[in-house]
Amino acid sequence: MTKRTIIPFGPQHPVLPEPIHLDLVMEDEKVVQAIPSIGFIHRGLEKLVEKKDFVEYVYVAERICGICSFIHGMTYCLAVEEIMKLEVPERASYLRVIWSEMSRIHSHLLWLGLFADSFGFESLFMHSWRVREGILDIIEETTGGRVIFGSCKVGGVRKDIDKAGLEIILKKLEKYEKEIKEITDVFINDSTVKHRLIGVGILTKEEAYALGAVGPTLRGSGVSQDMRKLGYAAYKNINFEPITETSGDSYARCVVRIKELFQSIDIIRQAIAKIPEGPLEVKVTGTPNGEYFARTEQPRGEVVYYAKANGTKFLQRLRVRTPTFANVGPLVKVLQGCELADVPVLVLTIDPCISCTER
Amino acid sequence: MTKTILKSLCMKPATVKYPFGPREYHKRTRGKVFIDVDQCILCSLCQRKCPTGAIVVNRNDKTWEIDPYRCISCGACVEACPKKCLRLDNKYSKTSTKKEKELFRHA
Repeated sequence: MTKRTIIPFGPQHPVLPEPIHLDLVMEDEKVVQAIPSIGFIHRGLEKLVEKKDFVEYVYVAERICGICSFIHGMTYCLAVEEIMKLEVPERASYLRVIWSEMSRIHSHLLWLGLFADSFGFESLFMHSWRVREGILDIIEETTGGRVIFGSCKVGGVRKDIDKAGLEIILKKLEKYEKEIKEITDVFINDSTVKHRLIGVGILTKEEAYALGAVGPTLRGSGVSQDMRKLGYAAYKNINFEPITETSGDSYARCVVRIKELFQSIDIIRQAIAKIPEGPLEVKVTGTPNGEYFARTEQPRGEVVYYAKANGTKFLQRLRVRTPTFANVGPLVKVLQGCELADVPVLVLTIDPCISCTER
Repeated sequence: MTKTILKSLCMKPATVKYPFGPREYHKRTRGKVFIDVDQCILCSLCQRKCPTGAIVVNRNDKTWEIDPYRCISCGACVEACPKKCLRLDNKYSKTSTKKEKELFRHA
């Protein structure tokens, strides 16, 4: 047996946007085992639900994650609205869909940039983030914040986008779609990129399912599961199919995300075409009493919010299962047997968001 | 890829040379909270609605105080204000070397 060494990877590492620590057990250049440890940035946001009332907590929920903030806030609202039996107006639901997809586009572009950086393609990273900045401008124009949208609230939405605003979004999306196409063509067709990704970190369909992978990690392995198909908000009125790839390697996970970018643009177009006129919110009266599991699709996968209320204005318990937490298991699996040089790429393929995970 | 490279060569920088070039804020950008203190009726609804406890209203002294470093520019106070004397500017507050609170006194 060759000698085993342990290489600590993280919590501070140039490729890691956020702190996760991995102990890599090595045999020569091969990783035999990866032992993850998380908990460096635990903030106790779930406990805070006992101090902030159920309407106020939306601000906290949005700040669980800095990238998929809107969907966190929306999922929390969906849970409370379901407990309180609130009927959210149609227009608000459609606006929620538009903003959700905006945040998906910006998250995926951010990921593409980080991913390109992880395999050493720095100019591609710059280009991805250049386009992302344009998407952030649309978000800031419509909601007032770049990443913390602050536009979702219990019972509806805070801000409206008028007709002219929707037209501008469509026009801008057309421009950005072309730019995204140019960038993503490099990811899909460039031979050096392919060389780094194809066949690296294969997660089979069975493994992905058994280990409870979610989101693009799961769909890249050929399991067609997308929580948007549950039809929350206005997704029930929108035509789309979950995007899947069968090979289950890093390339497949990348391609799934790239295709989702275009799918998101398509969903925004459909939503803008179908959006009805009407009120933006319903009045919230009384306090919630009951419990509910809200499940939505984030850019990184399925997020679960469990909310339990007891008739006071403070929720009794809130539990958040974030997509990265579910994807740590599959990550440890794909790291087994990989080369040390591929570790950064593989860690990035699950699109880790550690701040979410540790809440 | 060649097309992108050629484009990048003759393109202007995608970034703004801040602070020499101006940073354009959008109309809806959530920035600093301002108060028209003479309109204020000191109802302290904003204080109750503020999720970070940045606002302190003192009825006896007739003062309205905000800690700009606690404020997260969420706009909850602006929505709650019955007299609409609070507003969110689309510019951020200036940086400073001291963490000072801003005090407004009712005339």
